[in-house]
Amino acid sequence: MAELLQHLLNGLVLGGTYALLGIGLTLIFGLMNVVNFAHGEFYTLGAYLAFAALALAGLDFFVALAAAIVAGAAVGWLCEITLLRPLRNESIDTTMLVMIGVWIAMQNAELLVWGGVAKSIPHPFPTAPLVLGPVAIAPLRLFVLVLAAGLIAASWLLIQKTKLGRAMRATFQDRDTAALMGVGIGRIHAATFAFGSGLAAAAGALLGPVFLVYPSMGDLASLKAFSVVILGGLGNLPGATLGGLLLGIAEELGAGYISSGYRDAVGFVIIILVLLFRPSGLFARQERIA
Amino acid sequence: MLAVHDLAVRFGGVTALESVSFEVAPGSITSVIGPNGAGKTTAFNAITGYLRPTQGRITYDGVSLTGLRPASIARRGIVRTFQKTSVFPALSVEDNVLTGLHLRGTAGFFGVLAGRRRLVAEERALAAEAAAILEFVGLTQRQREPASALPYGEQRLVELAVALAARPRLLLLDEPGAGMTGAEKIVVGGLIRRVREQGVTVLLVEHDMRMVMGISDTVIVLNGGRVIAAGAPAAIQVHPEVIRAYLGGSAGSA
Amino acid sequence: MTRAGGWLVVVAALTLPLWLQSPYHLHVAIMAGIFAVLAMSLNLLLGYTGQLSLGHAAFFGIGAYTSALLTLKLEWSFWPALAAAISLAGAAGFLIGRLALKLRGAYFVLVTISFAGVISLVSINWIELTNGPLGLPGVPAPQLGPWSLRAKTAYYYLVLAAVALSYVVCRRLVRSRFGRALVALRENEPLAESVGVDVTHYLVLAAVVSAGMAGLGGSLYAHYTRFVSPEVFLFTYTVTMVIMVVAGGKGTLAGPLVGAVLFTVLPEALRAAASWQWQMLAYGVLLILLVFFLPRGIVPRLVASFPARR
Repeated sequence: MAELLQHLLNGLVLGGTYALLGIGLTLIFGLMNVVNFAHGEFYTLGAYLAFAALALAGLDFFVALAAAIVAGAAVGWLCEITLLRPLRNESIDTTMLVMIGVWIAMQNAELLVWGGVAKSIPHPFPTAPLVLGPVAIAPLRLFVLVLAAGLIAASWLLIQKTKLGRAMRATFQDRDTAALMGVGIGRIHAATFAFGSGLAAAAGALLGPVFLVYPSMGDLASLKAFSVVILGGLGNLPGATLGGLLLGIAEELGAGYISSGYRDAVGFVIIILVLLFRPSGLFARQERIA
Repeated sequence: MLAVHDLAVRFGGVTALESVSFEVAPGSITSVIGPNGAGKTTAFNAITGYLRPTQGRITYDGVSLTGLRPASIARRGIVRTFQKTSVFPALSVEDNVLTGLHLRGTAGFFGVLAGRRRLVAEERALAAEAAAILEFVGLTQRQREPASALPYGEQRLVELAVALAARPRLLLLDEPGAGMTGAEKIVVGGLIRRVREQGVTVLLVEHDMRMVMGISDTVIVLNGGRVIAAGAPAAIQVHPEVIRAYLGGSAGSA
Repeated sequence: MTRAGGWLVVVAALTLPLWLQSPYHLHVAIMAGIFAVLAMSLNLLLGYTGQLSLGHAAFFGIGAYTSALLTLKLEWSFWPALAAAISLAGAAGFLIGRLALKLRGAYFVLVTISFAGVISLVSINWIELTNGPLGLPGVPAPQLGPWSLRAKTAYYYLVLAAVALSYVVCRRLVRSRFGRALVALRENEPLAESVGVDVTHYLVLAAVVSAGMAGLGGSLYAHYTRFVSPEVFLFTYTVTMVIMVVAGGKGTLAGPLVGAVLFTVLPEALRAAASWQWQMLAYGVLLILLVFFLPRGIVPRLVASFPARR
């Protein structure tokens, strides 16, 4: 039983970051209809930026994290206005190819800049695990869980309660009407992409210290993000949150009880099964708006 | 020939069609009219397999069509056109029609791979048929141009040519006159009559009343997803329910 | 392309070992040929049905492993192993084809990536079968009767034959009722259905042929490098195939060939100047530039600039 709880807890930690990845992508893929295969690269970028800020610039841990997130969002914003905006009226396949190009370019740029050897991100937390009854958790992972939860909550608030969030929802439900009502469509698209990329960078910056940082870490992150989005339904924030947590837990349980070699397969299998049997996702309550 | 019985199409909370029943006599030109949103295209989609009816039966020569996919329905000789201009944009006009001749070809996967000589002859025959169809609709001079480059009215003629290429016995035309000039509509009306003379039964959805009343044998009126009247054009024109449906509040048409 | 030009290429290809004698050049030619087969296979799907498969490395890998395992462990001769590789890859294509019926666009891409991901994990973890990350060394070279095809010159001709066969298959399929149906499905699926084109039938067949052809490429690769490992599932191979097709010109017959030659020769020529990481980075940037400036690829642009006399 204790083992089960431990797996569940580990799954929640991972799942929280998967939820961040998923929320970001569900906004970009679900609302903007951009097949962002480079999403995982922003995750990697976040991790490398955190590394640079900590190991090279010697910044404070929390400042470094914040810087990584902001920088990730900024790169996302740049990407949207230079590459996606001119292609906005093209087919979804065209933007998909462009994002594949960004994926390849970003990953190999990172490979050239940082080299292929995995890096370790220093962190200020003690390594001794905290024991909470039947389970134990490293303070770093607890921090990750808490921060992820905070960012998820902040995202929900942003989308539901702020003017920007309302504008985003309006734009993606009915672009023309939103434009007529004075919403700056270009700015909303850029902001959405930046926000989604920032969340991905956050996930990377958070998980970077937990695991190692290497250039191709984004590949799996991208796919798991898609998995979460498909599971939760496109454009569905609560769905993405739940989906992320579910994926994390499923991976941990699978790795613990079945086989650790196939843990990454869980995400793949989810994609295949959900698309085959319930394409609108497990939690989708309404038809996709796109 | 075509019998629609108690057809209903409902999705979510919306009822697009309810208790729709009508028959299409062989060799006739039947028109379906009604205000916007009355369910005309939905009926077409249900008949030709693009939509699954919630309820009801659709039979063709006594055989049920419900649940069949569009390609199977086409194989039975029922071909439809679409409300929004629908061509193969990147292909030439000629290739559009050649594609429409798909069911006329017999070249299967293995035959094509083997490069059988018979198929070369078949391709030549198909090209000749395509030329004949293009002449029928009057687009011979456009045959090599990409379909997307043609002006709107001619694109709709390409659509008609593609549908005719599939050798329908029952042809469903979804707003063949939409967006056309008066002159173009006369051409289309004439083509529809000539098509009927060749033994094809025609069912059409149309808003242009002059066109409808001019060529139809039977007119069926839909409003709010239900059939409110059916009969000869003259009778429909003075039918009180019909007049009310058109003047009583929905966005004007015709 | 003019007929004379076409024949020139054929003659050049047939006599290549005469005027490119160094083993290194022959190696490049062989790799170009293998990738030409792969690019043509991807083009069949992407260029003609319009569906992008980013998991094509899976079919390549299945072909490579099947051929390697049958010849290594069951001591089959190369030729039946090749046939088995094509068949098994084709069967996988059948699976993907049936999945494609429900899915289009991005979802199809995701399923193909996931499929490749699962197969890749299987090849890494099912150690009893595939020897895991260590791979399968010592894959035997093909024999044609009494002659071994181990030498580069001989293997070159084997690959050339495969390229020619693949080209003929693609050409016959594309320039026929079959090809028209595929293109119709890509251009306007509801319209295609309305004139009787059976979506299921054509998409599945296209997927089977595409996958089988990639399996052919895989088998050729396995018996040339004589070593197969999970690295065949590396995304780099898929990316390379995609670049070759998109840059060469998707939806054309010559496009994948041009792309394959270009993107095999170019990296080798630049190898002295830049590492493969720079090359891959360039591929990424190139893909973006292509989408903006040359979306239809090189071959259509060339054809437009030099209109052939018909």
